[in-house]
Amino acid sequence: MCGIISVIDRERNPMDGAAIRMALSQMNERGSGEGAGYAAYGIYPDFADYYALHVFYDNLVEPRAKVEQILEKWGTIEHQEEIPTSERPGLRKVHTPWRYFFRPDRTLLTGTTSPEEDIIIRIINQVNTSIPGALIFSSGKNVGVFKASGWPEDVANFYRIQDYEGYIWLGHNRYPTNTPGWWGGAHPFNLLDLSVIHNGEITSYGTNRRYIESYGYQCTMKTDTEVVTYLTDLLGRRHGLPPELAVRAFAPPFWDEIDRMPEPEQRLNKAIRLTYGPALMNGPFAIVVANSDGIAGFTDRIKLRPLVAAEAGDRLYLSSEESAIHRMEKPERVWMPRAGEPVIGRVRR
Amino acid sequence: MTLGSMPVRYRITIDRDECMLCGRCIENCSYGVFRKEGDRIKIDSRKCTACHRCITMCPRDAIMMQEKPVDYRSHPLWTRDVREAIYNQARTGGIILSGMGNAKKYPIIFDRLVLDACQVTNPSIDPLREPMELRTYIGKKPERLRFRKDTTGEIGLETEIAPNLQLETPIMIGHMSYGAISLNAQLSLAQAATATGTFMGTGEGGLHKALYPYQDHMIVQVASGRFGVDIDYLERGAAIEIKIGQGAKPGIGGHLPGEKVSPEISRTRRIPEGSDAISPAPHHDIYSIEDLAQLVRGLKEATEWKKPVFVKIAAVHNSAAIAAGIARSSADAVVVDGFRGGSGATPRVFRDNVGIPIEAAVASIDEKLRTQGVRNEISVIASGGIRESADVAKVIALGADAVYIGTAALAAMGCRVCGNCYRGLCPWGIATQRPDLVSRLDPAVESEHVANLIGGWTHELAELMGAAGINSIESLRGNRDRLRGYMLDENMLNVLDIRAVGA
Repeated sequence: MCGIISVIDRERNPMDGAAIRMALSQMNERGSGEGAGYAAYGIYPDFADYYALHVFYDNLVEPRAKVEQILEKWGTIEHQEEIPTSERPGLRKVHTPWRYFFRPDRTLLTGTTSPEEDIIIRIINQVNTSIPGALIFSSGKNVGVFKASGWPEDVANFYRIQDYEGYIWLGHNRYPTNTPGWWGGAHPFNLLDLSVIHNGEITSYGTNRRYIESYGYQCTMKTDTEVVTYLTDLLGRRHGLPPELAVRAFAPPFWDEIDRMPEPEQRLNKAIRLTYGPALMNGPFAIVVANSDGIAGFTDRIKLRPLVAAEAGDRLYLSSEESAIHRMEKPERVWMPRAGEPVIGRVRR
Repeated sequence: MTLGSMPVRYRITIDRDECMLCGRCIENCSYGVFRKEGDRIKIDSRKCTACHRCITMCPRDAIMMQEKPVDYRSHPLWTRDVREAIYNQARTGGIILSGMGNAKKYPIIFDRLVLDACQVTNPSIDPLREPMELRTYIGKKPERLRFRKDTTGEIGLETEIAPNLQLETPIMIGHMSYGAISLNAQLSLAQAATATGTFMGTGEGGLHKALYPYQDHMIVQVASGRFGVDIDYLERGAAIEIKIGQGAKPGIGGHLPGEKVSPEISRTRRIPEGSDAISPAPHHDIYSIEDLAQLVRGLKEATEWKKPVFVKIAAVHNSAAIAAGIARSSADAVVVDGFRGGSGATPRVFRDNVGIPIEAAVASIDEKLRTQGVRNEISVIASGGIRESADVAKVIALGADAVYIGTAALAAMGCRVCGNCYRGLCPWGIATQRPDLVSRLDPAVESEHVANLIGGWTHELAELMGAAGINSIESLRGNRDRLRGYMLDENMLNVLDIRAVGA
């Protein structure tokens, strides 16, 4: 089932994590206590130019040495530390969360227009597929993911998320089905600047995964949410589709609607469906995708999962339930987005 | 009856109590099984092909047929079929001809694949209440879209999409030529394709003018004999297909005997009346992949790049690499015909022994095209042994965009898969040019039967997709996670890239 919530302050005013912790707990009906997580943008202003790599270590001996060997080969570790946590009875610390502030050496990779990002992706693929006991689960600049197995309030307390201040927050309360409730399988998922929270199940996963893997991505997380992240990266970053059109590819209008559209809209929508058919996501889902510029929420084409939107001043909220938004503040306007229709909140420059 | 001849294959009996001597069996049997002597209908079972025409037409259900009424001493190696082939060949010294598809007892992979359905965690979708999209576009797709901002800041699409065929169902009717089948059979198929929003192939037999009204739903074929090919033919088709090979007979050509080349067929194929129509094994202008690319480009140029061009190959060991080569040409679709594909006439040794199953061929082609990053740019059409809607769903889940059906469409018109197509005496009016037999097939009736079949399968496909929580065919395509293998060995599971049941 799962519960999701996201908020953006379009003026980049910082919000600490206390409110979203309450909002997510409000939706405990939708979870099972086996996974929860948060992502926040703007939390590392002192290291804003470094890639913040969050890693789960099973121990701090072999896996850490191997990861650091790879990192030192590809760039410079500016700073590293254990992510501050406080152990609670409700949450067993099965991994040690660690973070690196890392600068890749862009001269080491040729044949690409985005060497830094490609180095980071390469490092993630290598670590996550070949180093047992290490998992990089967050890798953007000035963004961080905090997740674990447990109830939202326990995970929030564990990571002390009230101590972080961000202008975009994402929260996810998990009821796992397809994969066991392990820490890596909790949401949000992150890749570079992108973070994703997802409620539902993608029935087209097999098609989407094979499509995305043909572009060199490797799915390592054993869950369908990962492909949303990679597809957003492919269509948004690599193919340059604006968010509205990327969402159109993921949850396109039905052919009946397209047939009735006037030109050139019809031509555009047909082109998107033909070109990005394998990126179409089927099955019940509500998804919020975020990057440092904003958030975008959308549901599947027949809205088999809930998504409600609300506004309060400069802030835009997206949530599975309206009640969760009310725990954060009283909204001025609440509405139900239509199936497949994206709701997008961008920061004002 | 000559000494040493083989035992009868089928035994026909008549229930004399029921028989009213109406003589319909005599009229209907084009093979001459029945004759009237006095007030009794006599039977020559040896001539029977098991076409069931007499059984269907007998008003009293008085006729019964038994297969293999005479036993051979059983032997696991020296089966009846191999022994009979030897007796035949010892007598004739020739190549044994056969019809229809592969008749050897290979395992049928389709029957060892099972589909998935939703329970609890994701809802199934009811096609009666929710939209269910089976529309399929066959043709070249761009790798990515490019946009440009105009002066007003409006984002416009820069990429041009090449012409695609728009199918309302992923089921098309494969190429069966005028000559191999009758004009009435072709007319029925063409009317059905038009009614169901899909397409049919002309085969290598040209396009008879009676089919012109349906030309927007017809794919014209250019095969090694180039019969019937001229600019008018190419321009009439909705798409053009270059036939390199056929699943029932990979590596060899075709042969329409001169006695079948009637005045009408002569006009349509543009060959002299009564002359053998021989399609050579290779195209004499294609000796390598670049020659094929040239022909694709030539046909595109001739039709001003307005028509999709398909390339059809037989499923052989290396078909994945061949398909990758085809994908690098301007071709819009690769058609792969599995070793169970039908044929009007084919040497038995080829039909039963050469080529690979469509399931494995589609899986390996899809995978190869994906690893080369071009899968979505070219369409993959699967054919050869598609018997029911579940086969369509399974082969699409393995990676095909659409299918061609052949035998199934003929069966919808009455064909009983007797396998004697090459004899030209088809009592159902399908694989024959004899006017009295052809006139038995009424296009008004049979087109409806074929359309019913396509419609019925389409409904079933929609239900299967809905049960799997999928409302658009592109989310089924290559979605091998929704298949499981039942009693398939590990190697086969790896080739198909699927897991075993329960895994």
